[in-house]
Amino acid sequence: MEKASLREAYGRALLELGRRNENIIVLDADLSGSTKTKMFAKEFPNRFFNMGVAEQDMIGTAAGLAASGKIPFASTFAIFATGRAWEQIRQSVAYAGLNVKIVASHGGITVGDDGGSHQAIEDIALMRILPHMAVIVPADAIEMEQVIYTIAEYEGPVYVRGSRVNFPLIYNGDYHFQLGKGSIIREGEDITIIATGLMVHHTLEAAKELENCGISARVINMSTIKPIDKELIIESAKITGAIVTAEEHLIIGGLGSAVCEVLSESYPVPVKRIGIEDRFGISGKPEALLAYFHLMPEDIIEAAKRLLDCKPHRLRAIA
Amino acid sequence: MEEADIERLKAIAKDIRKDILIMLNKATSGHTGGSLSVVEILVALFFSKMRHDPSNVHYRERDRFVLSKGHAAPALYAVLSRCGYFDRKELFELRKLGSHLQGHPDSKFTPGVEVPTGSLGQGLSMANGIALALRLDKMPSRVYVLLGDGEVQEGQVWEAAMTAAHYKIDNLCAILDNNGLQIDGWVKDVMNIEPLGKKWEAFGWEVLEIDGHDFNQILDALDKAEKIKGRPTIIIAHTIKGKGVSFFENQVKYHGIAPNDIELEKALKELDSN
Repeated sequence: MEKASLREAYGRALLELGRRNENIIVLDADLSGSTKTKMFAKEFPNRFFNMGVAEQDMIGTAAGLAASGKIPFASTFAIFATGRAWEQIRQSVAYAGLNVKIVASHGGITVGDDGGSHQAIEDIALMRILPHMAVIVPADAIEMEQVIYTIAEYEGPVYVRGSRVNFPLIYNGDYHFQLGKGSIIREGEDITIIATGLMVHHTLEAAKELENCGISARVINMSTIKPIDKELIIESAKITGAIVTAEEHLIIGGLGSAVCEVLSESYPVPVKRIGIEDRFGISGKPEALLAYFHLMPEDIIEAAKRLLDCKPHRLRAIA
Repeated sequence: MEEADIERLKAIAKDIRKDILIMLNKATSGHTGGSLSVVEILVALFFSKMRHDPSNVHYRERDRFVLSKGHAAPALYAVLSRCGYFDRKELFELRKLGSHLQGHPDSKFTPGVEVPTGSLGQGLSMANGIALALRLDKMPSRVYVLLGDGEVQEGQVWEAAMTAAHYKIDNLCAILDNNGLQIDGWVKDVMNIEPLGKKWEAFGWEVLEIDGHDFNQILDALDKAEKIKGRPTIIIAHTIKGKGVSFFENQVKYHGIAPNDIELEKALKELDSN
């Protein structure tokens, strides 16, 4: 399957935005080669600010730029953006209600060899908890590009989680991202699997295999984690009666939690969350780590099968 | 500066101090000492130095002010109100539910407040961002940011100090309210920040040191700062915490305590007699 870089998609989109709108400003914290903001920096040196290894100051400066009508995009690795600068994002960006876009690379454990210190497995939770903050996790490079164009038009603070590794392409050029809307990428009746980021691809793989076993799985790419698409979650619960969530993030506080929050208050059905248990990441190759942390298609298949056993039989027929 | 103008500013400062004390007394909580120490600095900025227009709050050419030491909000509110940003009656709703005057400055509620502050150490970064945006837009406006002395213990302040020098942000002027006290005691005892002037110089800033209660010195320094090109300027203003009320001066206890009714009466009497 063809893979593409989310980071390069981001870099290209920024460059195009920079050409269209002179209010686009880009900041980075000494990782512009890695996050690909360097592409923007090269063409628009006056609108690019390398802040050095100083994430807190980067966020505050971005807030000041936004307070003066600019549209700042601030980038670094996910753990430093959301962890080191969390309180700056809270006070100077979210509390202020300022139009700052935080676009991080290196979300999740697929950071790989650098190890647990560099693997952001809490970032979705950290950003989702902040009032007014939108949280988006693109599933492939095509969606990343769309997300960047969309959030440049949207007024308000946004966190976008990208990745170090290339993701298999899910979409073609016809795809149209909508903030706050999940997208159904495969229809099914027995179970719904709601995934985000790289796990969307793994979920599609799992769904094909489940079909061979006679299980029809509805697959949803929930790229906007906040505001979450409640209607689609509830509709899916009504149709399939059981939901698996899958994310490259802790099972605490991320997509799985967000889905459970909706279901428990509105339409409770059996749920299984796939993600990283209550522990930190470790060094290793991305593929090895995905297997080690049980984030592979086979893990989703197993979870789906087990969950179907828990599903009250009568619910299966409701459609 | 004409003597008459200085006298006018002094009279305003006295009224501002009285308003601060009444506000805090009515709120029954808030930061007395650090509000009183910045009165002359704020009065000099808003009643003499800065270009701003309370009837057109967001006009683009205005100078910007960021109160990085957000706990001095009562002083800022009293000044903004007297400038005409909002009715004086609102001052006495400080910190109450539904008030436009939050415990710490909040741009969502209060006209004249540019960005929210209160969590220390973040104002200089935001001021840098504002100044960079103004420079990109080729605006003549200047940015003023007021820091506390205890506040510079925050690491982010020094990140921002590097940024301002690195990007030669000379449309920005920081003022440091060096009153020597923080919540737990004397700054030098809690976590020494000296040599303060040398630190800022080493970070690439032009450093001016003044008596922060002397209008002539404040206004001279603000004028000088405007002429310094190619690097940012910081005015280290030596001040007295609780300034203007003898029994609040240099008293660590009044960092975060509001005057009670008896203290208020005594304080107002003392201010009137001077």
